[in-house]
Amino acid sequence: MTSPIAPDLTAPARMPAKPRAGVWRRLVKRRLALLGLVIVAIVVAAAVLAPWLTGYDPNEQMFDGLTIEGSPLPPDAKFWLGTDLLGRDLLTRILYGARTSLIIGIVANGVALFIGTLVGVTAGYFRGWIGSALMRFTDLMMAFPALLLAICLAAVFQPSLWIVAMVIALVNWVQTARVIYTETSSLAEREFIDAERTIGAGAPRILFRHILPHLLPTIIVWGTLGISTTVLLEATLSFLGIGVQPPTASWGNIIFENQTYFQAAPWLVFFPGAAILALALAFNLIGDALRDILDPTQRGRA
Amino acid sequence: MNAGAGKNRIGAITPATAGSVLDIANLSVSVRGEDGEREVVSNLSLTLARGETLCIAGESGSGKSMTALAIMQLLPQPAARISSGKIRLGDTDLTVLDERRMRRVRGDRIAMIFQEPMTSLNPVLSIGQQLTESIEAHTSLSPAEARQRAIEALKAVRISEAESRLRQFPHELSGGMRQRVMIAMALALEPNVLIADEPTTALDVTVQGEVLELLRDLQRQHGTSIILITHDMGVVAEMADRVIIMRHGRMVEEGKTSDIFARPRADYTRELLAAVPRIGSGVGRQKSRHMETATPASVASVEDLHVRFDLRGGVFGRVTRRVHAVEGVSFSIAPNETLALVGESGCGKSTTAKALAGLVPYSGDIIVGGRNLSGLGRDERKAVRRDVQMIFQDPFASLDPRMRVGDLVAEPLVIHGIASRDERSQRVAALFERVGLSADQMDLYPHEFSGGQRQRVCIARALALRPKLIIADESVSALDVSVQARVLDLLKELQREFGVAYLFISHDMAVVENISDRVAVMYLGQIVEMGTRDQVFSNPRHPYTRRLIEAVPVPDPARRRSRFARLDQEIPSATRRIGEAPLKLALQDVGNGHLVAADSSPV
Repeated sequence: MTSPIAPDLTAPARMPAKPRAGVWRRLVKRRLALLGLVIVAIVVAAAVLAPWLTGYDPNEQMFDGLTIEGSPLPPDAKFWLGTDLLGRDLLTRILYGARTSLIIGIVANGVALFIGTLVGVTAGYFRGWIGSALMRFTDLMMAFPALLLAICLAAVFQPSLWIVAMVIALVNWVQTARVIYTETSSLAEREFIDAERTIGAGAPRILFRHILPHLLPTIIVWGTLGISTTVLLEATLSFLGIGVQPPTASWGNIIFENQTYFQAAPWLVFFPGAAILALALAFNLIGDALRDILDPTQRGRA
Repeated sequence: MNAGAGKNRIGAITPATAGSVLDIANLSVSVRGEDGEREVVSNLSLTLARGETLCIAGESGSGKSMTALAIMQLLPQPAARISSGKIRLGDTDLTVLDERRMRRVRGDRIAMIFQEPMTSLNPVLSIGQQLTESIEAHTSLSPAEARQRAIEALKAVRISEAESRLRQFPHELSGGMRQRVMIAMALALEPNVLIADEPTTALDVTVQGEVLELLRDLQRQHGTSIILITHDMGVVAEMADRVIIMRHGRMVEEGKTSDIFARPRADYTRELLAAVPRIGSGVGRQKSRHMETATPASVASVEDLHVRFDLRGGVFGRVTRRVHAVEGVSFSIAPNETLALVGESGCGKSTTAKALAGLVPYSGDIIVGGRNLSGLGRDERKAVRRDVQMIFQDPFASLDPRMRVGDLVAEPLVIHGIASRDERSQRVAALFERVGLSADQMDLYPHEFSGGQRQRVCIARALALRPKLIIADESVSALDVSVQARVLDLLKELQREFGVAYLFISHDMAVVENISDRVAVMYLGQIVEMGTRDQVFSNPRHPYTRRLIEAVPVPDPARRRSRFARLDQEIPSATRRIGEAPLKLALQDVGNGHLVAADSSPV
């Protein structure tokens, strides 16, 4: 706060901040965000380069992949992460599974986020009958068991990776819409939005320039939360036979196939679980940093 | 009422300490922030005598509220702490008391009331529950006895029908009532010290007077010592025995009230007192300017404006009641003129402004630059609306915190497609300089400015489109007096330079007298009196206008009033059942365009 009596006009308001230094440059400067970026890069590399990173076929049930009694092998020098119940190399399956899980976690989740934001912002800003209709529909979707809906949708369409991604998106936008709706409607009441109206700003300008930037933190949080949710939902669907079709690997279905043997062969759940965790955490770190960088009021704070 | 009877009270007043109740020695409070620790209160010493009222006055950031919180041991944790000094209540040093024992002191020995009575009462508990809760926590009274004590406390603050009030919830009471409930809570246990932090700042002037008088009466009866924290020199003059002026966490001056006002020693005190707008002084303008010129064509006029909000109720969400916010208001504003719209909260002055700015739907006619807005299409209306811009009350809330101020000021030009990119930034730079900011501050964000500077940004933004009318809705109310004075000067300067007209909306009669050419007084959605500044201030004809003017505390201890204008009843509500439209007041000309409502029945 500047001195009340000394003319407030001469008081320099802190150090003039440098105009928007590249978001990317500020992102990589933060250690945690960099860690997140590195993890995402590794997962993407694993997905793309899987055939060159491993000598095994993800779906080959190897004769030497099981013990004499027919139980899976723990990690050793030959199979780095051990083998699964059918004698397939776990590392290979996780590498190939990254493809599926990335598509689900990013595309399905992204589409869900998009729909949720669109519905939430529209309902929250325009209110009226459009708003009521959209929100009643959202409530209806919320009350409807998500899994049942997914099963219905998956039964209608031929299961394929992209269809599964869309089904997941159609199930998952609801929570986002609710949260975004609440926030938009309170933002729309804020005085600076009224101030925008008085200078003649129309709805598109207010929505994109003045409301969306304020929703970013929420969108980022829901986006990162959504990654693990969607990856696991995909697993549930494949477990029910309506997701990605076996033997195609995904992190979710590796966990589901093997969860009953958790006590005897914990690595079968641990490694794919760790992979999901790492991916979600990585996006969380990036999202956190992005939120701070994009918020001018946070500048200069730790 | 004998609070804490038979209980060993912490910090009891022993004969040895009987002279002073509270004794602060060399108190320093520091706050940990972005750039290390900063002292917000430095080396403050004061004593509070029994039955005395000590005012701590100062502008925002002076450390006055931090002092209060330090006494209560309620400093925001973990950022703030007492770095040195002692706070002695009787013979106990509060700074070394643990939390459990401090809890027994709070409420029982030292009570506090806050600025905003709505946020300091719990909205989901009834008044009775909240009152008895604190009584039961500090005494061994039974629930029935506690209830009796609560009723007594409500009666003491002159709340009628105390028994039935106990069942009411905070939202069912008006602001003044809520603050009285807060005082009742604070005084129910007969504390030795009452700390009141801006207790009347959020209240209307007429209610303010009443609350102040109540505090004075209660003090007389119980001998409570009061520390009154305020920025309002009028309240200081009205209430204080002794004054401490604070600035930047330090005591600038201390003395008896009459001495401080009559012979301020510190420069800062002098400047502070000089900046206080005084009613009846007629500073700023010698004469109402529009008396001599023939009425020119108006820049904007409003005719028979109505704004009503429907309240839905019942199972089917039918409209059951209506808020009659604005009921048939008419006025017109000439170029280069300042029309002030005054009244207390809920009188519809802000709603009138919002209707004029196009923010709420209305019925009636709004004519801007000779064109009736209701007959226009969307694009035309947008073009006409360019001529009416608005400055809001809270400069912290009316600027998008995520935009650079330069972009914010340029935005109106972008929206209306005025000027090329380069020209725009030149014009914005010129606007910045014009309102007293520097052009290299354009890249900063709103939070990097002080309140006064932000209001200047808002003014620059309103000016960007070269409007013919600027609506200033309580635009200086949130600012410190010295900043307020400079912003008012700026507004006047801009008026001389650009010939812009102002619709100046305010509850502060002193400010209104300073800036306006004409004044319209609103009450319950209607104008009850309208005329030139001199007509309204020197010859107020409507009883409500008179009461508004009388209620303003005068910053002069010599003119202290023994009794304030009393409100006999609550201001009636503007909410009515469907079909019960309020009576329309007819305005009569009592000479030279001085209009007064003929029927003075609502007051």
